[in-house]
Amino acid sequence: MPRREITSGNWAFAEAMRQINPDVVAAYPITPSTDIPMKFAEFVANGKVDTNFVTVESEHSAITACVTAAAAGARVMTASSANGVALMHEIFPIAGCFRTPIVFGLVNRSIGAPINIHCDHSDSMAERDAGWIHLYCEDAQEAYDTAILAVRLAEHKDVLSPVFVCQDGFITSHGFEPVNLLDDETVQAFVGRREADFPLLDVDHPVTYGSFAMSEYYFEIKRQQVEAMKNALRVYDGVAREYEAVSGRFYPKLERYRTEDADFTVVVMSSASGVVKDVVDELREQGIKAGCLRVRMFRPFPAEELAAALGSSKAVAVLDRALSIGGTAPLAAEVKSALYDSGKHVPVQSCVYGLGGRDFFPQYARELFADLSAGKVSREERYLGLLE
Amino acid sequence: MAIRIKDYTQKQSPLTNGHRMCPGCGAPTAVHQGLMGVESPIVVVNATGCLEVSTTVYPFSSWRVPWIHTAFENAGAGVSGVEAAYVALKKRGRIDREIKFVAFGGDGGTYDIGLQSLSGALERGHDFTYICYNNGGYMNTGAQRSSATPKGANATTSPAGSVVPGKIQKPKDLTAIVEAHRIPYVAQTTLFNATDVAEKVKRAVETPGPAFVNILVPCVLFWGIDPALQQDICKLAADTRFWPVYEVVDGAWKLTYKPKKRVPIEEFLKPQGRFRHLFKGDGSKALLEEIQADVDADWQKVLDRCGETWEA
Repeated sequence: MPRREITSGNWAFAEAMRQINPDVVAAYPITPSTDIPMKFAEFVANGKVDTNFVTVESEHSAITACVTAAAAGARVMTASSANGVALMHEIFPIAGCFRTPIVFGLVNRSIGAPINIHCDHSDSMAERDAGWIHLYCEDAQEAYDTAILAVRLAEHKDVLSPVFVCQDGFITSHGFEPVNLLDDETVQAFVGRREADFPLLDVDHPVTYGSFAMSEYYFEIKRQQVEAMKNALRVYDGVAREYEAVSGRFYPKLERYRTEDADFTVVVMSSASGVVKDVVDELREQGIKAGCLRVRMFRPFPAEELAAALGSSKAVAVLDRALSIGGTAPLAAEVKSALYDSGKHVPVQSCVYGLGGRDFFPQYARELFADLSAGKVSREERYLGLLE
Repeated sequence: MAIRIKDYTQKQSPLTNGHRMCPGCGAPTAVHQGLMGVESPIVVVNATGCLEVSTTVYPFSSWRVPWIHTAFENAGAGVSGVEAAYVALKKRGRIDREIKFVAFGGDGGTYDIGLQSLSGALERGHDFTYICYNNGGYMNTGAQRSSATPKGANATTSPAGSVVPGKIQKPKDLTAIVEAHRIPYVAQTTLFNATDVAEKVKRAVETPGPAFVNILVPCVLFWGIDPALQQDICKLAADTRFWPVYEVVDGAWKLTYKPKKRVPIEEFLKPQGRFRHLFKGDGSKALLEEIQADVDADWQKVLDRCGETWEA
């Protein structure tokens, strides 16, 4: 029977892992994602899953074992954060290129220095060009649902790419809230069984993974990944609708919250979008046409859809929880690029907020909408909640 | 456990001819000799290095068996992942074959950058065999020194100059480090005798749990030797006791080759271009004596561990 439980983002993700019961999990502890392998270890110890749980000695080995296990034909999951994600950096493009459909619980945390355990998106944003699908979740419910949905997306024959399921460190990962859980049979029926096309373990049909390709072939191989990512944009919608059919919950690539007739729109990802949506409601009551566009899928980036959703706004602000020091913050860069290509000139204010877990208050969103209404849009990056 | 050379000639090696390793290179010999005694199907995991690069130049592959390479420092983790998948899928009834897992890494990928990954895999107890083809340096990138490079060797990041006589440090004893993981099978050998490598690797692969074989192999290019002398130089490594040949089964050390007479270390060093500077004039006499003293001390340590005496 479907259940409703008070649980955290990490535990909800781990619960999805239990229900998926993957063949292999290889993981290493790091705050704030540690709860995921800890909870999963309990499931293993108590016979709730029969996954082969590999407790590796580093994140580098965790992702390596995930890649080779997936190439062997297994369904594979893991989780990490921050410096752990950074240590895996070398292997992420290999996972992407091998087309190994790993589902990865990425609990967003700032990258040192200074060392800091709290949320921002600098860890996952540093991996945006690795050939992984990036899905950003607003809350624990979405982290749970996305873990399940991502298995089907990753393993789809037209996609075959690894997926980051991102949630905000501590804010979502450690915040407890009611979450609707599917029953185990429904999850099992939804994810089915992985049928790998070229598994290493098919010893009668030997394959070579990870060969040495010089300038004559490298470019074409990378190009194939570009096509797979394009396919993911299309395939996602079908998988999300199928998931809606079993769960009653639909997650679009972009959540349009009162954007249809919005004059002023704030673009945001993950947990801070709840705050923005509250402020949108508040402003709407005052007759201000405010809207919030939440970007759930960051890779592949749904640029055309985004431009269509923002095209009628008079001004847009983009909230990034990451810096691109010396350049444009990642989400702002994508939004500006999408609008430019669509031929619509909408003023865009790039804002950075919440670094190292700095809280994001409704007042910041109110001020931002007020500035957008007053035509105060600058090419300068703005820093929300900065104390200086 | 005895292996007959005659049987080899009837068997196809997992590594084809036509790969792009240098003539006389010891690495493909280690693969051929090592894997020919293995009966069950295998999956090979390869660390970045000469063997990896030269056998899989896309769109070709010299491997008749499933093979995977991800990066340099992670062959231990890589073989762990494949083995973990095998164990999982076997438990779930999706595979019924007996498959064995063999990882190959050079000394750079094993002694240095891959040591942590190897250590983790050994401690976790996966059922796999790790073969280090140790040629004493980063030969794929042009003979830089590694922690396996012998004392006194000329390497490109420890060149023999007018002040510094090549590498000044002793190589680490990786085989003993691996043995300290208390795994069921550890061995050290070289290409001095065609059946020794085959027997040791066969035993390693057939032993449940982690196994490790450290095979000293020449790099003809950077050792500066005649490609025809592959087996001779390996024989000298064993006979000078530079490279003791032994195995450790469940913690019990056993010397598997005892040189019949005392051969001075110079006999191993002299034919090699990388030690040429040690034999110009008398300037390196003290260093050569030091190298000989290291060899004698290390040999004694191996004898003690094996409970052996040696008089020659």
